[in-house]
Amino acid sequence: MEFFRIKRDIPFMRHALLFNVISLVTFLAAVGFLAVRGLHFSIEFTGGTVMEVAYPQAADLEKIRASVDSLGFAESQVQNFGTSRDVMIRLPLQKGVTSAQQSERVMATLKAADASVELRRVEFVGPQVGKELATDGALALLFVVVGIMIYLAIRFEWKFAVAAIVANLHDVIIILGFFAAFQWEFSLSVLAAVLAVLGYSVNESVVIFDRIRETFRKQRKMTTSQIIDHAITSTTSRTIITHGSTQIMVLAMLLFGGPTLHYFALALTIGILFGIYSSVFVAAAIAMWLGVTREDLVKPVRKKDDGQPELP
Amino acid sequence: MNRYPIWKYVVIAVALALGLIYTLPNFFGESPAVQISSAKATVKVDAGVLARVEQSLAKASIEQTGLLLDGASIKVRLRDTDTQLKAKDVLARDLNPDPADPVYVVALNLLSSSPQWLTRLHALPMYLGLDLRGGVHFLLQVDMKQALSKRIDATTGELRSLLRDKNVRHAGIARSGESIEIRFREDAVLERARTVIADANADLSIADAPADGGERKLVVTFKPAAQRALLDNSIKQNITTLHNRINELGVAEPVIQQQGSDRIVVQLPGVQDTARAKDILGRTATLEARLVDLTQEAQAAITGQGSVPFGSELFRQGRGAPVVLRKQAIFTGEQLTNAGATFDENQRPAVAISLNDAAGRVLREVSRENIKKPMAVVLFEKGRGEVLTVATIQSELGSRFQITGMESPQASNDLALLLRAGALAAPMEIIEERTIGPSLGAENITKGFNSTIYGFTAIAVFMIAYYMLFGLFSTIALAINVLLLIALLSLLQATLTLPGIAAIALTLGMAIDANVLINERIREELRNGATPQAAIATGYEKAWATILDSNVTTLIAGVALLVFGSGAIRGFAVVHCLGIMTSMFSAVFVSRGIVNLWYGRQKKLNKISIGEVWKPTGA
Repeated sequence: MEFFRIKRDIPFMRHALLFNVISLVTFLAAVGFLAVRGLHFSIEFTGGTVMEVAYPQAADLEKIRASVDSLGFAESQVQNFGTSRDVMIRLPLQKGVTSAQQSERVMATLKAADASVELRRVEFVGPQVGKELATDGALALLFVVVGIMIYLAIRFEWKFAVAAIVANLHDVIIILGFFAAFQWEFSLSVLAAVLAVLGYSVNESVVIFDRIRETFRKQRKMTTSQIIDHAITSTTSRTIITHGSTQIMVLAMLLFGGPTLHYFALALTIGILFGIYSSVFVAAAIAMWLGVTREDLVKPVRKKDDGQPELP
Repeated sequence: MNRYPIWKYVVIAVALALGLIYTLPNFFGESPAVQISSAKATVKVDAGVLARVEQSLAKASIEQTGLLLDGASIKVRLRDTDTQLKAKDVLARDLNPDPADPVYVVALNLLSSSPQWLTRLHALPMYLGLDLRGGVHFLLQVDMKQALSKRIDATTGELRSLLRDKNVRHAGIARSGESIEIRFREDAVLERARTVIADANADLSIADAPADGGERKLVVTFKPAAQRALLDNSIKQNITTLHNRINELGVAEPVIQQQGSDRIVVQLPGVQDTARAKDILGRTATLEARLVDLTQEAQAAITGQGSVPFGSELFRQGRGAPVVLRKQAIFTGEQLTNAGATFDENQRPAVAISLNDAAGRVLREVSRENIKKPMAVVLFEKGRGEVLTVATIQSELGSRFQITGMESPQASNDLALLLRAGALAAPMEIIEERTIGPSLGAENITKGFNSTIYGFTAIAVFMIAYYMLFGLFSTIALAINVLLLIALLSLLQATLTLPGIAAIALTLGMAIDANVLINERIREELRNGATPQAAIATGYEKAWATILDSNVTTLIAGVALLVFGSGAIRGFAVVHCLGIMTSMFSAVFVSRGIVNLWYGRQKKLNKISIGEVWKPTGA
């Protein structure tokens, strides 16, 4: 089997401007959604209580809502979670009432209405923890960005480092944009997924950059944009197959992993799709705008760090 | 060129063997067990208890399949859950004659049923997190400000009586924020006060400051080191208290750990009754010191002849019990400012106790009248008292005194901890709570496991269809990756959570990248007209640099998650990072080994099975 029968290098860079415009538009849309609608943070960040209860039969949300409201919480949410029998109840933080009392009062009320209800999960997060998680998340993002840039700058060249990070941060913003647009719940595991995607889609850029460097060494007559075209074309097959494989795994998680892993898998799915796009079309184009030259990559001094024999 | 030296195969074989051994325990499942541990600091679980357990099981004719003394607990392995419940009831009844006051915690547990020789190699199944096995997780914040504030209040009182005792005439002593201010009218007195305070308490730093009205004042604060020590102590004390309380719940493997500078994590696997758990965690214990009632009626009451005299109470639990104590307390836990293990002038272990000013004054009076008579300290929890110690008053006591005659430093340590536990140093607040029902935990395991299996199968099918034999090699390498990853997780006993399972799946999805890179490279070399052997060699060689680069970037993200993440994120990051390491090994080193083994020995290799290698026509 061979899916990719490409005869000539595809002139990706001729359309670089178009791709960058598309990226910019998507990016701006994502920023717009983030600014207007904002992220729907899980209680891990905001503080509050989440309870998950299960009924042996389909749950009557209206009735549950009424019982929860009768306890007088400022704003509570009652919704189905996964199946019609599982119900998720979110309670805001309440001054003077501990989490223990809160969840127990709700449970007692629900039990009074229907004794068959089963408590599956309670999660309470105090306000101080939430703030820390947000700071830690931001720090982690910063660490990843700086770490990857330093590594790429050492291994390749600063122009590539900048290009890769810009391209991949744009992925991150787009994932967040999706979460803002559809008001999906942004939890700790989604944050983990976003950061994992950042590391993962930088891979993609690295593979292409590696090829660009190699082609610069081999082909002395090609122009920069031809070289980039050639590098992207020759890695296309690998790109699609690798991402396809990863996507198969993520899809299995999305379909069979249950509601807990749902948004995690969703974030990964979006991340992988946009990761391909941005690495192929955006990163290389930015590197080209930044003016990558043969001299940047093919150093006259022999270096032995990558174990590849260098052609003189 | 495609031959591995023998040592490389040996490395692969050893890695595989280790991987198999450490993965193995995960397949044996777990068998029901009963775990017996001590509920009291004063009681140790030892061979004697082991013999008792064996006896009482034999008497009730309950068949056990294994009995072992493991550190501070005894584990009894049983055939099925019915016998497990029966054994638990029998043991709880026999070991704890008074059910209201259990001496031992008898709890249900699960033991890995892997064979002995594996356990001896420390090959244990993966350690499942609470979200997979069900249970409660609490994060408690200790209110350090209040602990410090209490201590400053106590010190203010101590200094006041110190200066009075030493006849240093000050013009007023008062607490002001985090410091204590003492005003003086004369410089000479101030200087004397300075030396007196410095001699009495090395934890304090003393500074001068001008005061209004021509007076001068000393500003006394705690040295930073002393503050830190105080905070450390409060945390330790709270952890001890929590330990004692959780013992009552009968949890097989509770986790109680300090997290950060002022937090305590409590994890109770298998506990479902969160209301009770929270109740027990939040309970306050009280401590009382009382005089022993030495009247004849009281002594008769101990042996069961006659009733306890009016105004006294009989205590049966704890050290030195049974004993009849007066109901009136000399001082209570709130007045106890510190207790620590130390040594007396004869270098015998002792416990040093400090009380606040008021309690010190009362004790001085009481002790003066009761020299050579015994005094007891009782810890009340849930309205039940346990005698911690009975000691004879040797001389007039003040706000600082010692309890001597401890049998060992360990004993004095234990007592100091219990005394402090009676006066929970700093209030705690639950700032995070997570309860996962056991059914949800089991469901999470199945779902996580299934999605990994489905994903793996789909990838395997595709790889073999697309790359033929090389696809099979890649799949084998991927399977070895799973094996090594699970072995590593079991070996390190890292906590596996649902995000961790997701990380296994994701890591596999990413790990295949390396093999795709290699296979594509080999095809490309073939397309460009290289001989099969040369194509394999250059394919692996050229792909390696790329694989390394891409794994390093992924690893950077993984490490960031590990460093800054908490809870769910950390569970994900640990597996992710380990997975990247194992995938580098298996995807490159092991898969090359398989390829070399298959093709490397063939001198004349015309064709390799890597799927169709399409060549552009006319090229």
